[in-house]
Amino acid sequence: MTLQFLVDGLMAGALIGLGAIGVTLTYSILGFANFAHGEFITFGAYATLLIASAIGAFVAGSDQSIGPLSITWAVIAASVAAIGVTGAMALALDFVLFRRLRGKSAAISLVLASFGASMAIRASLEFAFTSRPTYFARDLQIATPIGLGLKVTPDQIALLIATAVVLMATHALMTRTQVGRAMRAVAENPSLARVAGVNVDETIRVVWLLGAALACVSGVMLGLLVQIRPLMGFDLLLPLFAAAILGGIGSVPGAFLGALIIGLGEAATVQFAGAQWRAAVAFVVLIAVLIVRPSGLFGRSG
Amino acid sequence: MPDLGGVLAYVSFFLAMALINAIACLGLNLQWGQTGLFNVGVAGFVAVGAYVSALLTTPPSDEHLGGFSLPIVVGWLGATVAAGAVSAFVGALTLRLRADYLAITTFGVAIVAQLIALNAQKLTGGTFGIAFIPRPFESLAAAPALFNLANFALVAIVVGVLYVALERLARSPWGRVLRAIREDERAAMALGKNPTRYRLQAFALGGAVMGLAGAIEAHFIGFIAPENYESALTFQIWAMLIVGGSGNNAGAIVGACLIWALWSASGLAISVLVPPEFEARAAALRIVAIGVLLAAMIVLRPRGIFAERAIVSRFLDEETGGEASP
Repeated sequence: MTLQFLVDGLMAGALIGLGAIGVTLTYSILGFANFAHGEFITFGAYATLLIASAIGAFVAGSDQSIGPLSITWAVIAASVAAIGVTGAMALALDFVLFRRLRGKSAAISLVLASFGASMAIRASLEFAFTSRPTYFARDLQIATPIGLGLKVTPDQIALLIATAVVLMATHALMTRTQVGRAMRAVAENPSLARVAGVNVDETIRVVWLLGAALACVSGVMLGLLVQIRPLMGFDLLLPLFAAAILGGIGSVPGAFLGALIIGLGEAATVQFAGAQWRAAVAFVVLIAVLIVRPSGLFGRSG
Repeated sequence: MPDLGGVLAYVSFFLAMALINAIACLGLNLQWGQTGLFNVGVAGFVAVGAYVSALLTTPPSDEHLGGFSLPIVVGWLGATVAAGAVSAFVGALTLRLRADYLAITTFGVAIVAQLIALNAQKLTGGTFGIAFIPRPFESLAAAPALFNLANFALVAIVVGVLYVALERLARSPWGRVLRAIREDERAAMALGKNPTRYRLQAFALGGAVMGLAGAIEAHFIGFIAPENYESALTFQIWAMLIVGGSGNNAGAIVGACLIWALWSASGLAISVLVPPEFEARAAALRIVAIGVLLAAMIVLRPRGIFAERAIVSRFLDEETGGEASP
């Protein structure tokens, strides 16, 4: 019996969690389940890859990895730029597609539109980059034992710290700033928020930017830990939704906690039942939540 | 002298496949078009039908569960019942909740169906799939044109029967309640209708029809494998319905033939015109086109080519000669 799955599960949970926060915010504030959110993750990873290779080509020494990490300065700088690019893509998608449907048609036609957009973005990335997986770095990381039979790589530690920082920033944004209050107000009641002077259009833009930024970070993490391929985000979509529903739609801490539960469940399944059943975990969790407590851990019932 | 037999074989094969897609599309039309239920796991329900029918009808095998060597008709029925039961289960869990929960859960059903097809070797044959599925008119197989034509006729009959049945349902009081719930749930409730119960019935029935489509295809081709039921299939069926006109059964059939024709023609064009090293990329572009088409139709022409006809009642229809206006 080894506890190594705890480390793997924590990593998986962290990157699912970053995506699930975006899903839960879009769902509660814009009012629909965005099936294209997985593609934000993939898009962010590829954008980072492109920008990083451009930086690596022009800035001498930027493609050297930092200390014991496999991560380079180029990747770090590129991921910051890619956050902006992914946000711009999300805003563009909203401008050409979702904005036209908002308010006019039933919420479910937004879901259908996001479903078409998801397919178009995913296949475009496959067209541009082919379905062959790529990597940020090829060097292998040596895992160091940290006791209890657990081993972690320097990359894993760095990414966990990065996730914690991103999470705290997100939490501060949601609870301490005017725009965070505006987001919660729009989720509660868009018309009332508008009457109270909240700029709803601007709030919606912030939701897209925040969701896309977190998705981009998640994509870079997944690219660093595993690999980059056109289906990477689409394959995460069910875990993202399951985490958001398990946590209770609209709850940011809930989404992250739900993601940790699913990540640990997936890692335990991989270790004890076989890697091929990993994808079933999110479905089992989803069904269990729907049976036992459809409002989720932190959701209001009804 | 062109090879007439070859052309006939190809054309009837194409038409049979188009109509099999039309069956799944009719199932989706009952769920989405008539009732407004969003199913993102069409491929999963089609797969359930295909595998159940294959297991029931194939000769006993060491590679997978069964087979039970039952007649093809039993396979068709079993597939319909099994896919309907899975739909009923999913519907029972999600239909009382927000509409998006159904979408997310059906998405999960397709993923799990794909997982089981791939990995539960003992049940489904794994990546190798299931072969030697009995085909209707097997005795004609030596003459492909005749064999395909006979199967096309069989599928056409099924589509015809389904069309008439679904049209009758749409015009029945039951169909009216479905549309009433879709348009204004509260008004329907005020009239004493239980929306969840009606939705569940429509969802289960639609899923059953998708299962039937899966079974018919399995028996037409004679072989199934997990990659037949990937998410691309779901996208195709959706494009068929949205282009044809959701809510309109004739539109669903025409949309299926149209999209299938575009799909086959572009596939043919890619294999002839595009060098092999770029074929995968060209195939990806095809999917981009479907995605853009789907999104564009929703924004620009949400009613599709054939808009839904406003059917108030078939009695009113008869009196006014089908000119009932909403």
